[in-house]
Amino acid sequence: MRYSFALEAISPSLTNQVATGSFANLWLLIALPLFGALVLLLGGNRTNSFGPLLAALMPIASFGFAVYLWLELLALPEELRSQNLILFEWINIGSFQVPFGLQLDPLSMSFVLLITGVGSLIHIYSLGYMDHDPGKRRFFGYLNLFVAAMLLLVLADNYLLLYVGWEGVGLASYLLIGYYQHKPSAAAAAKKAFVVNRVGDVGLSLAIMLMFVAFHTVTFAGISDKAEQGSATVLFLIGLFLLVGAAGKSAQVPLQSWLLDAMEGPTPVSALIHAATMVTAGVYLIVRSNSIYDLSVAAQNAVIVVGVVTLLAGAFIGMAKDDIKKALAASTMSQIGYMVLAAGLGPIGYVYAIMHLLTHGFFKAGMFLGAGSVMHAMNDEVDMRKFGALRAVMLITFGTFFVGYLAILGVPPFAGFYSKDLIIEAAFDRSIIAGIATLLGAGITAFYMSRLILMTFFSNKRWEDDAHPHESPATMTIPMILLAVGSVASGYLLTFNDSLKHWLAPVTGYKTPEPPIAIPVLIAMTLTTVAIGVAIAIRMYLRQADRVAPTNVSIFTKAARKDLYGDAINEAVFMRGGQKVVNGTTTVDNSVVEGSVRFIGRITLGLSKIIRATQTGYTRNYALAMLLGASLMLLLAAIVRL
Amino acid sequence: MDVTNYIILSAILFSIGAVGVLVRRNAIVMFMSIELMLNATNLAFVAFARANGNFDGQVVAFFVMVVAAAEVVIGLAIIMAIFRTRKTASIDEANLLRA
Amino acid sequence: MSLVFAISATLAVAGALGMLLSKRAVHSALFVALTMISLAVLYLQLSAPFLGMVQIIVYTGAVMMLFLFVLMIVGVDSSDSLTETLRGQRVAAIAVAVALGLLLTSSIGGAVIASGNSLDSTIAGGNVQAIANLMFGKYVLALEVTAALLVTAAVGAMVLAHRERITPKLNQREQQQARFADYALTGKHPGPLPPSGVYARHNAVDTPALLPDGSIAANSVPAPLQARGSVREVDQVDSQQIVDLSQGNVVIEGGDDGRN
Repeated sequence: MRYSFALEAISPSLTNQVATGSFANLWLLIALPLFGALVLLLGGNRTNSFGPLLAALMPIASFGFAVYLWLELLALPEELRSQNLILFEWINIGSFQVPFGLQLDPLSMSFVLLITGVGSLIHIYSLGYMDHDPGKRRFFGYLNLFVAAMLLLVLADNYLLLYVGWEGVGLASYLLIGYYQHKPSAAAAAKKAFVVNRVGDVGLSLAIMLMFVAFHTVTFAGISDKAEQGSATVLFLIGLFLLVGAAGKSAQVPLQSWLLDAMEGPTPVSALIHAATMVTAGVYLIVRSNSIYDLSVAAQNAVIVVGVVTLLAGAFIGMAKDDIKKALAASTMSQIGYMVLAAGLGPIGYVYAIMHLLTHGFFKAGMFLGAGSVMHAMNDEVDMRKFGALRAVMLITFGTFFVGYLAILGVPPFAGFYSKDLIIEAAFDRSIIAGIATLLGAGITAFYMSRLILMTFFSNKRWEDDAHPHESPATMTIPMILLAVGSVASGYLLTFNDSLKHWLAPVTGYKTPEPPIAIPVLIAMTLTTVAIGVAIAIRMYLRQADRVAPTNVSIFTKAARKDLYGDAINEAVFMRGGQKVVNGTTTVDNSVVEGSVRFIGRITLGLSKIIRATQTGYTRNYALAMLLGASLMLLLAAIVRL
Repeated sequence: MDVTNYIILSAILFSIGAVGVLVRRNAIVMFMSIELMLNATNLAFVAFARANGNFDGQVVAFFVMVVAAAEVVIGLAIIMAIFRTRKTASIDEANLLRA
Repeated sequence: MSLVFAISATLAVAGALGMLLSKRAVHSALFVALTMISLAVLYLQLSAPFLGMVQIIVYTGAVMMLFLFVLMIVGVDSSDSLTETLRGQRVAAIAVAVALGLLLTSSIGGAVIASGNSLDSTIAGGNVQAIANLMFGKYVLALEVTAALLVTAAVGAMVLAHRERITPKLNQREQQQARFADYALTGKHPGPLPPSGVYARHNAVDTPALLPDGSIAANSVPAPLQARGSVREVDQVDSQQIVDLSQGNVVIEGGDDGRN
């Protein structure tokens, strides 16, 4: 059941093989959802009738093909598992050469399965959830576009093509967050997400530029070959810039402000993009760049700090949120903090980061779908203060949600137990502080998730008068059930016989962590912290909860309600500062630049006014001037002759 | 023969003529001042002809006279034309070119 | 410094200053004439007799008279006030002119080279011949150009002074009709004014003509003279003689009647 504790160290060892056979059709994975997106978005209202169904079929088809490719990959010996398909020569300018290439290796294969699998389930769920929405063709088009872009992101074989996919998912996220076009809050949230993402994107593009300058290549294979030649400063800077990009996309501190606002989008969007896939792109980036991070301890430290801060911040914020989706979003932020922390630990953590990513994809998506089901039942109400005692009415929803809840808590034998525990062990190996932070995070997670589930499904009935909650239709409940099954099974499957470790290690490398505290003790400490968190929550919320949020609360609660003042800091420092700079520049431009130009004009005018005084119009004045001139000439002649 | 005195006289007459041009407002009196200046130069020419012992100066003075006469004719015709429309012979009235 | 020069120079400068300072334009013109005549004398002094004569004839005679004619047309009374309207003009003018005079004096005055030649000794056939030799020899081109200039000036003056008729010119018939229309309206005499007449004893303008019966024709003296009252008295003897003459009684003495 548990994995072996034998000390191992495996270094990355895969070299690219040219794709042959069925791998030569790798591009189909991306092309299918892209085709769906094009048909729906360019076809217009003509596709309203069959569009959503077509769009839902595309990721299913991709998933089927992905499973087939996976089996093919498993059939290959370990050394040959990196299949590289170059579609065409993309950029060829002197020494800058970038192919349009796709790379299928264990790491990208895992992501492809996650994206297409969870994506298919969410498409099916959306068929039911968005059934009454008049613009659902647009919705499915954007969703397919997202799947295509995300697949491009994980299948790219070089950073530049990854960046294309990176931008594509950013665009799809913007379009989907702002899907409810009539709501100004949705439009503002979409804009905020895009702008903050852009800040991260600058980091990524700087990293790519730096890679080109230092190594003259941007392909993964090229970087991993030449990374040792880089100087310490260059490697640190590349790692730092990549971290900035990852923080933007994965909503890590300091670029985390957009994620909670992104809950303005429809719930399937929140489930797919902001829980399972897009926000994990940052973790993918860091793990894929392991050749850089392994050589720069300073960069790793930066990643670890970001991860620790975010996991604690997200948990803290989640404790005070009454909006069910925002609470889940804060939870996502915190869990990705765990993943980022693990990725920053180096070879001892890469595999665990991916493991947690995959399991988190299952249970978080499942919980989001459950939240969507509850909202669907309660007339799109999101305030948990108006829920309560729903488990009797919505049994399936409650069941799947509860499974996800146990998984995120890390209760054995559910998925979270395996992944989160391993991260805690790896954290303790690197630093006691990081380890304690992860333990604390686990406890807080237990508290706020318990609070969430108690306020929604237990405690007293606090419904509105017109609420008639009912169970959701099959198109919505079946995906939830499937995800719940995944939450249960994935943890076990991924660790059985160290399956994931051996699957991924040739790509990322692996080293057994050696925490200072014995592992059984660690497990006990974790479970104890979790139990304490659950107990506190039960004591506060099991019987009843307040219908209206209490106002005289501690400063910590106030801070948590205000997202730890993230927005306030952004506004005060960057926005106002930027405005001041712009105002200052405008003033300088107006007064100095324009002023100097106008000054020249004014001087000319003034001079001309003076000189104009000589043009009196009187002949006699002109005659005087002529005489004066003649006298001067005579004078000069006389002087010369002297 | 010492013609320095004549030259000095010519210079004095020329200056007086110049002041007349600049100070008098009646157009015809201005013209007369210009004639005075021309006469002063004629005197200078003739004096220098005497000093140099050839007649070139006298010929030039002759030409100057002819040209001055022609100029007077035209100038007075212009003043008359202006006078017919403006009913005034004051130079200061023609100041439309002022800036 | 000879006496002629002293007097002529003084007169010339006096004339120039007079022109400058006179209030009335006609006085200025006459002062300029004085200056020009003085200059003619100086030319004579400088062995340029031809030029001196030309100066008097052309300049004083033609040009200055032309000035006077135009002054008449423009209006004799148009005098400037002596106060200056442009600021600083007078001061600046005098200052510049003084400076100019000094400059000229010092630069040109000092450039005179006393030549050994005397003009009298080089005269071959006289002053006029010498000038003519130069004019039609060395300076013939200048002569031709100056001639063209003169022609242009004459034509130009004609064009400038020309007055276009605004009303059509009446022919004789129309003039007569206008006169008789006036006579019908106002009783104005349609014919010319009476001249001195057949029985005239004098033909002065202020002596009235005598009618056959010895009386005066009133409108034979111009109106301004009548208004001034300077009509000459007619001798009674003359009146009587005219009566006799008209009746054929008297033989005129002391005159050839041309019939013999």
